[in-house]
Amino acid sequence: MIGPGEVPRLPRGVRVQPDRVRGGWVLLAPERAVTLDAVGQAILAEVDGSRSFGEICARLAAAFGAPEAQIAEDAGGFLNALRERLFLEVSP
Amino acid sequence: MTRPPIAMLAELTHRCPLACPYCSNPLDLVRGAAEMGTEDWARIFREAADLGVLQLHLSGGEPAARRDLVDLVAAARAAGLYTNLITSGIGLTAARLAALDAAGLDHVQLSLQGTDAAMADAIGGLEGAFARKLEVARQIGEIGFPLTLNAVLHRRNLHQLPRAIEMALELGARRLEVATVQFHGWALRNRDALMPSREQAREAGQIVAEARARLRGRLVIDYVPADYHGDYPKRCMGGWGSTGLNVAPDGTVLPCHAAQTIPGLEFWSARAVPLARIWAENPAFNAYRGTEWMAEPCRSCERKTKDFGGCRCQAMALAGDAGATDPTCVKSPLHADLAARAEAHAAADAAFVFRPAPGRETAGQGA
Ligand code: SF4
Ligand code: SF4
Repeated sequence: MIGPGEVPRLPRGVRVQPDRVRGGWVLLAPERAVTLDAVGQAILAEVDGSRSFGEICARLAAAFGAPEAQIAEDAGGFLNALRERLFLEVSP
Repeated sequence: MTRPPIAMLAELTHRCPLACPYCSNPLDLVRGAAEMGTEDWARIFREAADLGVLQLHLSGGEPAARRDLVDLVAAARAAGLYTNLITSGIGLTAARLAALDAAGLDHVQLSLQGTDAAMADAIGGLEGAFARKLEVARQIGEIGFPLTLNAVLHRRNLHQLPRAIEMALELGARRLEVATVQFHGWALRNRDALMPSREQAREAGQIVAEARARLRGRLVIDYVPADYHGDYPKRCMGGWGSTGLNVAPDGTVLPCHAAQTIPGLEFWSARAVPLARIWAENPAFNAYRGTEWMAEPCRSCERKTKDFGGCRCQAMALAGDAGATDPTCVKSPLHADLAARAEAHAAADAAFVFRPAPGRETAGQGA
């Protein structure tokens, strides 16, 4: 599981862009296109390669008025799944 | 309204310095002189993006045989497409790779004909190709392109799978495609030389499963299992006319790379007709779209939206009817016969029929 002090970032070859035909946002990676829902897009919009996971959760908690622990669990699960597929890197 | 496609495969050229006996190009190769120019391709990339395509695969033949490859990559990126180069590496140099980097190339997929020079050069039919490829792989790593290694496996080289997995790690690949040869195009002619045994196919599945567990989070492994030894067919192209399309070097737009083996289908050219119209209206795309065209046993099968009845071109090649259930399915009346034929192909031995250069009739023969 990604720790609060760790910094997630999208590696080279992975990017998030609007899907101008279908609407919404997609994550594009080698051989894969993943449609993002509003939550996923909001999480990835915070991943800038410098914010720690803890900071990201705090910002999302403030933006959505949700408890930080809940956010950490949801965002952590989402980011871990991306990490397992090598769509996300994490540095300490 | 027809749902838009996600991926487009652009066969920029059928020219290739290699001559792999399983090449997925059609037997009737498009000559260099009939290839579309830069402007046509760039326009088609824009039309594709407007239609909803997100991923573009620049393929061939060998795409590096196109002198305008860098311009084509730049055009694809300008259209907003995620741009993937599918290459054997032959024809790429450090300077060209740097130019592709500057043009915005997103990802490189490097094919592997074997894990040593003796095997790889014999399969590709070009001496020195393996050494050249390793050099290109090193340069790809230096630039930092995300890399997928695509190991094409068959009876002659399946024993090299463990080494291919090691090579993927050594070369810093993020993904490895373990693709057992699919019997279309030139491979169909080479079944006696290429068909793996059932035992080989089973072992490959085990090796992949073990490697996936061991390398979780380090290397993603995509696996295309052997064609004739399974119980259910593959969901080819994600379903005919549903997620992807191919454009041949001369601009002919195809539902899949082997679609021209199905007689009676009429294909339109992106030179003459807008891509969106081809996708929605070309009868060839509509012929096997969805599930309405199906006969039994597919029609009443609970898997019909999972695999869409398998591959139409395979049904054509093996059952003589593109509308039939893919004979690689256990429910096909032809399946038992196919399994027996697979054993016979696997037990047979034959020299390779190499694919020739476009415009040359005769393929070379070799070991
Ligand atoms: S399969 Fe081999 S011969 Fe065919 S295009 Fe690829 S590298 Fe060339
Ligand atoms: S019968 Fe048709 S739909 Fe059912 S599994 Fe076989 S090929 Fe697929």
